[in-house]
Parts: sequence; C-alpha cells; structure tokens
Amino acid sequence: MAVPARIYASRKIKSLLNSENSEWNSLQQLKNIAKLPGVEKPVIANPDIHVGYGFPIGGVAAFDLEKGVIVMGGIGFDINCGVRTMATPLKKSDFNGREKEIAKLLYDNIPAGLGVGGKIKLSLNEIDNLLVEGAEFAIKKGYGIKQDLEFIEENGKISGADPKAVSQRAKQRQFSQTGTLGSGNHYIELQVVDKIFDKKAAQAYGIKENQVLISFHCGSRALGHQIGMDYTKDLAKAVRKYKIKIPDKELVCAPINSPEGKKYFSAVKAGINCAFANRQVIAHLARKTLAQAFNLKPEKIKTLYEVAHNTAKIEEHTINGKTKKILVHRKGSTRAFGPGRTEIPEKYREIGQPVLIGGTMGTASYILKGTQKAMDETFGSACHGAGRILSRNAAKRKINSQSLTAELKSKNIIVLSHDKKGLLEEAPQAYKDVEEVIKVMHETGIAKKVARLIPFVVVKG
Amino acid sequence: MAYKHFEHLADIGIQGTGSTLSTAFEEAAKAMFEIMVDISKVKLKNQVSFSVSAENTEELFVEFLNELLSLSSLKRIMFSKFKVRIEKSKLHATAYGEKISKKTELKTEVKAATYSQLSVIKKANKFIARTIVDV
Repeated sequence: MAVPARIYASRKIKSLLNSENSEWNSLQQLKNIAKLPGVEKPVIANPDIHVGYGFPIGGVAAFDLEKGVIVMGGIGFDINCGVRTMATPLKKSDFNGREKEIAKLLYDNIPAGLGVGGKIKLSLNEIDNLLVEGAEFAIKKGYGIKQDLEFIEENGKISGADPKAVSQRAKQRQFSQTGTLGSGNHYIELQVVDKIFDKKAAQAYGIKENQVLISFHCGSRALGHQIGMDYTKDLAKAVRKYKIKIPDKELVCAPINSPEGKKYFSAVKAGINCAFANRQVIAHLARKTLAQAFNLKPEKIKTLYEVAHNTAKIEEHTINGKTKKILVHRKGSTRAFGPGRTEIPEKYREIGQPVLIGGTMGTASYILKGTQKAMDETFGSACHGAGRILSRNAAKRKINSQSLTAELKSKNIIVLSHDKKGLLEEAPQAYKDVEEVIKVMHETGIAKKVARLIPFVVVKG
Repeated sequence: MAYKHFEHLADIGIQGTGSTLSTAFEEAAKAMFEIMVDISKVKLKNQVSFSVSAENTEELFVEFLNELLSLSSLKRIMFSKFKVRIEKSKLHATAYGEKISKKTELKTEVKAATYSQLSVIKKANKFIARTIVDV
C-alpha cells in the first residue's frame, strides 16, 4: 500500500514538473518512494524537486523504525552534502575594489576541483577518529574554534558512527581529501545581506543589512562516495534476502532493524561526520583568508549555522498526536525545525532553526527559519536550493558563454571556477527561479523568509 | 563512436555499444571517463588490472564502473582505454591511462555509477550497456 504524497509547488513549478521526461521523472520517483515498506505518511516533495537517482532530489520520506527500511537513494553518494554560512563583521563597502583580490585568495587557499588533494594528510587511525568525532576532530587539529560546534546541525558530530562499517578503501581515498570543496555544484561565496524580512529573527541570527557573509556548499568527498558504492551492492543483496519489493533498482534498501540496515546506517553516520569535519576545515581556511586580508581577529567571523542536505537521521516527531521516533531521509532537503526543538542552538531556539538555501551562481541565496508548520506537515523539512530544470548538456547547448559572462559582470559578480568548462552547467538559467521556490516555502508557512543574500564573489569547485 | 551520453536532469547517462558484452562495457567506461577528462588527450602510460564479481550482468556492469572510479581516485590515474573479459558472473579488466598531473585538464568529477536507468541488453546483435552516473 502506498502512502499519499504531498507536493509543495506553485502553478509555475507544477507545470515544470509535468513537462519532465515522461518515463523517468520526479513525480514517478515520488510515487515509488511512497510504496516502500514502513513508510510514514505522507512522502514530501519540496518546490525544488527534480529527478534524481531512485529518490527525487528535494524529497523527504520517513520510516517506522520497526517496519521501515533505510534507503540508499534517500541519502545518495554525497552523504551529508550541506551548507555552512558564517557572518563576518565586514560591510560590502569595506571591500572597496578588493573583490577580485579576495576572490583569488579564496580560490588559491581552498583546495577544489576534481582530484585535488587537501592541506591535511591523515593516517588510518586519524581517519577513524574523524569518522567518530566529526567537526570536533578538525577543531582538535587546530581548524576552527570551539564555538563553531554549537551552530552545526548535530553539533557537528552524530552519535553511532562506526569506523569498522567503513571499508579500508573508503578511508584510503579520504587520506588527502579532507578540507576540499570538490567539483560540480559545490562552491564558496561571499554574499551581502540585501534585505531583511524578519527583524527579530535576523537579530537572533546576528545579521543585518549590508553585512558580508561567507557561505559554502560541499559534502563528504571520496569517503562518502565510496560508502555509497560499497553498500549499493550489499543493499542489493539485502533486497533479495528480505524479498523487499522495490519499484526502481536504485531504491536498494534494508530493513532498519536488520544487521545489513544497521551496518549501513552506522557507515552513513561515519560519512555524515566526515562531511562535518570537511566543512569545519573549509570554514577555517575561509575564515583565515578573510581575517588576514582585513586584519580581523579570526573569532570575529562567526558560524551562523550549518545544515545538512543528504541524510537519514532518527528524529522524534508527532504522528497522529503521538510522539514517535522515526528515520527521516532528506535527499536534497534541509531540516527546518520549528521553535522550541532542543536540537536548535539555544540562541535561536525561540525563533526556529536557520534554514540556509543556496542559490545559483548569479542569483540570491536565502536564510529562512523553521516553523511549527514544518513540524506538523513535513517532518521538519524544507527545500535546499532552486532545483535544476536543464540537464548539464542542455545547459551547455542553450546557454551562451559570452552572455553568461556579460550577465554576471553586469551584476558585479566575480566568478572563478576550477572547472572552466563546467561553468555553463551551473548557470542560473539551468535552475528554477529561486525566488519562486522560496515564495512557495514562505507562503505555505513551512519555512519563513528572514534574509535575502546576494553573491558578489563566487568560487566554483 | 560506440559510446555516448544521454540526458538526465541532474546527472548524466552513459551508454556503450559493442558486438560483445565486453566491448559494450569498455565503451561505457570511456563515456564515463569522458565526463571527467578529454580521453583523446590521455596517454596510455599506466595500467591497472582488477577483477570484480556480481550476481547478475547489470550489477556486474555497475561494479566494474565503480571499481574504475575507485581505482582512479586512489591511484590518481585518468583512464582512457579498457580491456574487459567476462566469465559468467566474474569480470577481469585492465584499464590504461595516465597519472593526473598539473597538465591534466580535468572536468567534472563522477561520484559513482548508480542503478538508476541501468540496463544491459542485446538488440540486433549488439550489446548495449547504460546507466546514470552521479556527478
């Protein structure tokens, strides 16, 4: 029996969904996940939904811990890909023509691009510690300040990670990857707070108009990818062993309670911690770059918050009036917990958690706040970005490189890319209009607007 | 060319065609590495041999692709030529390529081969192997 699906969209977004390829589309993928064993009702599509592998990106599905499954496609290969935003004491006017110089410094100081190693080289023992300790490990190594931890989802360290569930190969691949941005849609941006919509929330989050923020998007790098590869085949076996009916092969899964499910979950948690550590190192490198360039004390650049996009986590939710622990898969979706939840840092608890929405290269990013409505309707989840509408190839065909450069220049946005040819693939036209996506979140009351951020320096992986 | 990419909104589809299953796999591997690098510019200086096994041909195909991605990342080699031999559920392969250096013009990273839209079929005496890779 399938559970219902709930889709958050506007007319414009709905028509985009209907025009997707008929056989493989996000709505079909949403229907598929609604049929998995032990799924709680409903499955959710956020307005940035688009077709993924198995699971739709922008999709949320929660499972009963006794009857449910843990699904590979609901987490993906880039485990705990996410966004950190840091607030600087700088105003846009402080840059005063230095934008290019600072862009170059970020480009040089933060390793990025395919196959590029990081500044930290770790031993096998150290990797095991990193997988258990997450961001705390990076701080112990001297990357960042202790106060950062309070403002990271799970405080940068999820419990229950088991390094033994992670293959030697996954660890070997991570030796030199910690503190690297990666490629594709990963980026680091300098943004200016363009507009405040909610003064009280903005004050609690410590931001005001014209202030400069640093935001970046990346995940668990090679270790996460390898965990995905290793468990794809293990979960395919589990599907046969437990005779689970899956409508799409990429939805390989295992009962949460089975030895296979438990092992996969503890490996996923290790991947989650790996991404937390990775972003902590990048946060340190970005902070150091700006602090040196502007002669600031590093601690003046504060972590506003860090959110995770690709995760499965056990959380407590109220279902039919009863409090229950469930396994929530968010694939390309941000946790958006409302006021009062103890998982939210005390400083923000009365407001709701910051929900950081990454824009595309030339468009706005948003800071929203989580709401009680999200707790009631979406297992405390919201969108994660704009969501693609053009494939990478179509983007290259349809978007002109010169007009893209001219457009960015006219908006005074400096873009440096490690993958020169990939720039078109990540052009704003390849994505839905972020304003439309945010409007849906705001008007449905799932996550409310706090501030709009406009990028002026973009470094792409 | 016996390999090509096919459209997927968020990721990329790869397809290899050949008169044998092995050549279809070899061609699909070229399609995958072409996403990361211009394979026509990769010299055949290094080689790696490996074996993988799986419970069916489709899973064997994904195992093969993922093993190549893993080895490429571990040994820091970009591959451009492949020799594959398949014996029932086992696959033996040698991949040829060149160590990644500052001169290598790298494109987009492929994170993994997925089971999404995965198919290995025989049509008009040709084998076609295809799947979606996560980028």
